[in-house]
Amino acid sequence: MSNMRELYQEMILDHHKHPRNFGRLAGANCHAEGFNPLCGDRVTVYARVEGGDIRDLSFEGSGCAICMASASLMTDELAGRSIDHADKLFVQFHDLVTGESAKSPDVDALGKLAVFMGVREFPVRVKCATLPWHALRAALKDGAKAPVSTE
Amino acid sequence: MTRTAKQTIDVDAVRRDFPILAREVHGKPLVYLDNAATSQKPRAVIDAISSYYESSNANVHRGVHTLSVRATELYEGAREKARAFVNASEAAEIVFVRGTTEAINLVAYSFGQSRVRAGDEVVISAMEHHSNIVPWQLLCQRANAKLRVVPMDRTGDLLLDEYRKLLNERTRIVALPQVSNSLGTVNPIAEMIAIAHQREIPVLIDGAQAVPHFRVDVRALDADFYAFSGHKMFGPTGAGVLYARRELLESLPPYQGGGDMIASVTFEKTTYNVLPHRFEAGTPDIAAAIGLGAAIDYMNAIGHDAIESYESELVAYAVDALASVSGVTLVGTPKHRAGVVSFTINGVHPHDAGMILDHEGIAIRAGHHCTQPVMDFFEIPATNRASFAFYNTRDEVDRLVAAIAKVNEVFRA
Repeated sequence: MSNMRELYQEMILDHHKHPRNFGRLAGANCHAEGFNPLCGDRVTVYARVEGGDIRDLSFEGSGCAICMASASLMTDELAGRSIDHADKLFVQFHDLVTGESAKSPDVDALGKLAVFMGVREFPVRVKCATLPWHALRAALKDGAKAPVSTE
Repeated sequence: MTRTAKQTIDVDAVRRDFPILAREVHGKPLVYLDNAATSQKPRAVIDAISSYYESSNANVHRGVHTLSVRATELYEGAREKARAFVNASEAAEIVFVRGTTEAINLVAYSFGQSRVRAGDEVVISAMEHHSNIVPWQLLCQRANAKLRVVPMDRTGDLLLDEYRKLLNERTRIVALPQVSNSLGTVNPIAEMIAIAHQREIPVLIDGAQAVPHFRVDVRALDADFYAFSGHKMFGPTGAGVLYARRELLESLPPYQGGGDMIASVTFEKTTYNVLPHRFEAGTPDIAAAIGLGAAIDYMNAIGHDAIESYESELVAYAVDALASVSGVTLVGTPKHRAGVVSFTINGVHPHDAGMILDHEGIAIRAGHHCTQPVMDFFEIPATNRASFAFYNTRDEVDRLVAAIAKVNEVFRA
């Protein structure tokens, strides 16, 4: 059971049970849904984008603990940050959970997201962890096209 | 028939017949409870397939040489075993297909093309596997016909009064599962077939989850079409059966064209082969059909009565054991159940539970089980599904229950 504990870290279970930024975002100007037909995970990410910045971020949906916690921590980390930063963090997060990159993960840059390190031991769960990120990227693509109120 | 022999299963001996059951997963003895997805294969089936390839392999219905004759004998011998297995009148009513899905597609395509017109209706039920929904949806789109759905109640039983009301002069065919793959419900299909027949509506039965568990007699049921897969009843993947009444089968146009299904071909005109070959275009999965025949022999040797009584006792034990675990809710509590127990664990998504159980050596299915409408009906994204075969034991149920306690341990920490 020890590697189960490594996967289901305290922080992951906490964000699963008490998801932050959960619910439809008032004033969102873009959103996208991610769906994993294999296990039924379904996440919609809402964002309010102004210029190159993500002013606010939320999500709703249902899924496994890894998926819900990933969405919760992602929205926590990225609210108020730039789209550029989100793109960079996506790459680092992807490397973290897949273990594909030769470089060791940049734990400082990842911050709390480093808690998902255990996922790399379970390839079938990578999609659970990255689903909210894919939804975010799809939403931001929309947002880039959407008329922005400032500037 | 009188039965004097005691109908029991020597489960230890049976387990030794299945080589895979001796293996470990994550350092724990395998507990295989995903039989509704596919069953494991006994040595007799594995040997029948390798022996065919080692000593009899040739194409069927082709040559005069010894091997081709032998392969044809084995292949047609398997058809005769399948005939007896479901008590069809003649082997010509047994069409070998890849599995239940292909059988249903064959009927939806062939019967649909010749009998279903704009404004007609096709009736299915609320508990269908996607394979008994999508082929009919495709048919309805092609023909501009309407798909109607027999509703069920919260226990997972179909509402027969609603079923009666759905049938009308526009209904062309009814397609129903004998056993639900996600709820375990055994539907009263003899009664439902009789109701449809009062209006002379033919009925297709999806028997994929029935044949591994109890005796099926297509004539006693008066089924018009009966579809099942070999791989869920201890045979290999790649061979399944469509049973169809001769008059119906004779009246249907071919499904796929190719070799073996023809009598003669010129560029102007083709005449088709006799039943059932008309519906078996191209070289079939000969080895898989022979393996299915070996699986039927194996089940017959154990005996249907023994299988049924052993499993009903085991599944009842599992239902009671799971229902008494704190936080576990059964999904579907039908009047009659076979093989399958679906459940949720409070606060734990089935995907998480399935993985923790796997680390205890326990294989269950976590997901929607290709029955998304059933999940929507119960307003859940997925369930945990334990599904049983006659080689499972009470001890394995106990290990499942103990492992669920570990799931709760991880999540309630």
